[in-house]
Amino acid sequence: MTAALRFDPIRLPEKCERLRKEVRAFLAEEIAAGTFDPHKPNREDTDAPEFSRRVGAKGWLGMTWPKKYGGQERSFLERYVVTEEMRVANAPTRRFFVADRQSGPVLLKYAPENIKMDILPRICRGEICFAIGMSEPNSGSDLFAAKTRATKTDGGYLINGTKIWTSSAHIADYMIAIFRTSPPTKENRRHGLTQFLVKMKQPGIQVNPIGQITGQYEFNEVVFTDFFVPDDHVLGEVDGAWKQATSELAYERSGPERFLETYYVLTELVRAVGPNPDTRSAEGIGRLVAQLHTMRRMSVSVAGMLEAGKEPVVEASIVKDIGTVWEQQLPHRVRDLAAFVEETATNRETLERQLDFAIKTAPKLTIQGGTTEVLRGIIARGLGLR
Amino acid sequence: MAESDNIVVETAEKIFADLADPQTINNDRKDSWQEPLWQALSEAGLTLSWVPDDLGGSGASLADGFALLNAAGRFAVAVPLAETMLAGWLLAQAKITSPDGEMTVLPASPRDRITLDADGALSGRARGVPFAKAAKHFAVLAHGKDGVSIALVDASKGRIEAGLNVGYDHSDTVTLDKVQPVAIKPAAKGFDQTNLMLMGGVARSLQIAGALESMLDISVRYSNERVAFEKKISKFQAVQHNLARLAGESAAALAAATSAADAIASAKSFNDEVYLEAASAKIRCAEAAEKGGAIAHQVHGAIGFTMEHILHRYSLRALAWRDDFGSESHWAVELGKLVANRGADELWPLVASR
Ligand SMILES: Cc1cc2nc3c(=O)[nH]c(=O)nc-3n(C[C@H](O)[C@H](O)[C@H](O)COP(=O)(O)OP(=O)(O)OC[C@H]3O[C@@H](n4cnc5c(N)ncnc54)[C@H](O)[C@@H]3O)c2cc1C
Repeated sequence: MTAALRFDPIRLPEKCERLRKEVRAFLAEEIAAGTFDPHKPNREDTDAPEFSRRVGAKGWLGMTWPKKYGGQERSFLERYVVTEEMRVANAPTRRFFVADRQSGPVLLKYAPENIKMDILPRICRGEICFAIGMSEPNSGSDLFAAKTRATKTDGGYLINGTKIWTSSAHIADYMIAIFRTSPPTKENRRHGLTQFLVKMKQPGIQVNPIGQITGQYEFNEVVFTDFFVPDDHVLGEVDGAWKQATSELAYERSGPERFLETYYVLTELVRAVGPNPDTRSAEGIGRLVAQLHTMRRMSVSVAGMLEAGKEPVVEASIVKDIGTVWEQQLPHRVRDLAAFVEETATNRETLERQLDFAIKTAPKLTIQGGTTEVLRGIIARGLGLR
Repeated sequence: MAESDNIVVETAEKIFADLADPQTINNDRKDSWQEPLWQALSEAGLTLSWVPDDLGGSGASLADGFALLNAAGRFAVAVPLAETMLAGWLLAQAKITSPDGEMTVLPASPRDRITLDADGALSGRARGVPFAKAAKHFAVLAHGKDGVSIALVDASKGRIEAGLNVGYDHSDTVTLDKVQPVAIKPAAKGFDQTNLMLMGGVARSLQIAGALESMLDISVRYSNERVAFEKKISKFQAVQHNLARLAGESAAALAAATSAADAIASAKSFNDEVYLEAASAKIRCAEAAEKGGAIAHQVHGAIGFTMEHILHRYSLRALAWRDDFGSESHWAVELGKLVANRGADELWPLVASR
């Protein structure tokens, strides 16, 4: 039984290291050109369409997808390297990240050929942005309580209802959403949901921004009123979205974005502490680095499992559970350790600004993408307890 | 690790299953299980796995030896297997032939030092030496004026103050007072006490990870047997979440330990990257022993707090193993210094190098 919980010590192959150098060089150029400031995670505008296009031009979007759709047929491990370097540099990835990680793979699996040919190459070029429409006002963790209806009509469906917490909906060109196509059955309360591709910026959709406690606007309420979706925008099986949604999760839950979101405060702490730390600072840094290293080794290992064609749902849930709890604690631990940093530390202001933002960011980390409690339920099922 | 095609691990697991059943051992107040187990392990050549054929060992790879230690952790065996393996490995670093029988290594703490005098005698004190009382020989790392030497010492030449660690295993203080070694040679260039501590730390990490795997197994099993409030306790969400966290700690410990073992097995030297791996493994596994062990006891209720139950064989040993070859506090300070010294902008490149 514990055999399922082995994280083999996968090493990134040589070609990944070459790629890493390319990504670092690219990011250094972007930083020099003023595209973004790596020391300033709380930028006013994290949407950077031109940057997305340049990342696309490098061939770093849809990297693992077939060439005929604009992909590069490269490995998950190579994609992993690109993701982590972008994340560590605080690059503005908001516009392309969801499409690259999640929406593209869903389309690859479930969309009709004409749609794949149309949309996937544009994702690869960094031209379009995707949003995910799962949550609703009374349906978050309990996805199967979703009520927004898709009613059959001539040549398609009419959508009525509200999605909420939809990240990037205000800039998105498309959304992949689940809607209720029939009521749940007695035997299966998961039945009756269907996945759709939704073209945004059409009549019948209203996007209302929702402010976050960080002071930023990232997610939105999306209201559908008799919004028309054509038949060929149904993704996969009608009424069967529950089967599809769960296999997607390993991609969403195990990547470097699940433990690196507040990483910048650790670098800045090391800078503030300087080359000769006192015992307290040294120990604090050592423990944080040991944890970070372990998280990353687990995450790389899951990327290796994906590369091998496995569906490591439980392993990915473990990575997201421990990883997000860690990235949530990180700013608080750094604050703790920074208490005695010299007033004269040259980066003190940067560190304080970063801590302010990271502490405000922290509460969301264990919620987005599936709450800690839900993940522990999945792990418990994997252990045979449910 | 523990792939079924690993003959070393397979052999060991068979011996453990036959001769190291935790419940049998737990009931045996006279410790009469120890002799047959030790006998079988040495006859199979496992105790000297890391010693090449020409130096008296069985010449298994480093990787196989590490996997064997993980299996030993899963059975929480309390014979000086890891210690004898480490001692044989240390002696082999200086091409000294390993003798038969139980061994252990000195020093077992980064803070203790054994010195080599001009007349070739060894002096110094080593605390917390695991199984010193059971050992026939010590493999000793000593500092002389020409650098580091490795020596084989007859255990009866040392003064031993017996002690017990948290897990009730021998952890003794050994004093060498101008002791003439059986054999002594200079260590290979660049080999130092830190290397020995990192190697010992990774051995302990694998044992801790193994003990956590077993704690997870028996806790899941128990939760599916014990009934309270008219249902199995495994059906309570709070219990499920505790077990999910235990699974996470166990997985993290195993991931850190196997990654460090893999790093040492494939590295040419103990460079900064190997240091990161080995120190992190000891830190992370020690933290997992604390958090995971607490959950395993919580799930077992009072029964797990009794001497009759086998849980303490894993939980207390995992806690005790934290102290050997540098505690997590020690390694955290050292790793923190290394990171600070390399500078802020070198932190990510170091982590990403693995
Ligand atoms: C920054 C951010 C971005 C997001 N982006 C998107 C997006 O792009 N698209 C999208 O669809 N959603 C998005 N979400 C929504 C997110 O997926 C949901 O918030 C999440 O699934 C939880 O749902 P909820 O907020 O309704 O909380 P609820 O489901 O009401 O949960 C409240 C609390 O109860 C607990 N709980 C609920 N059910 C159980 C149970 N069975 N057992 C134990 N505990 C339980 C939860 O764990 C949580 O602690 C985003 C959220 C955040 C914070």
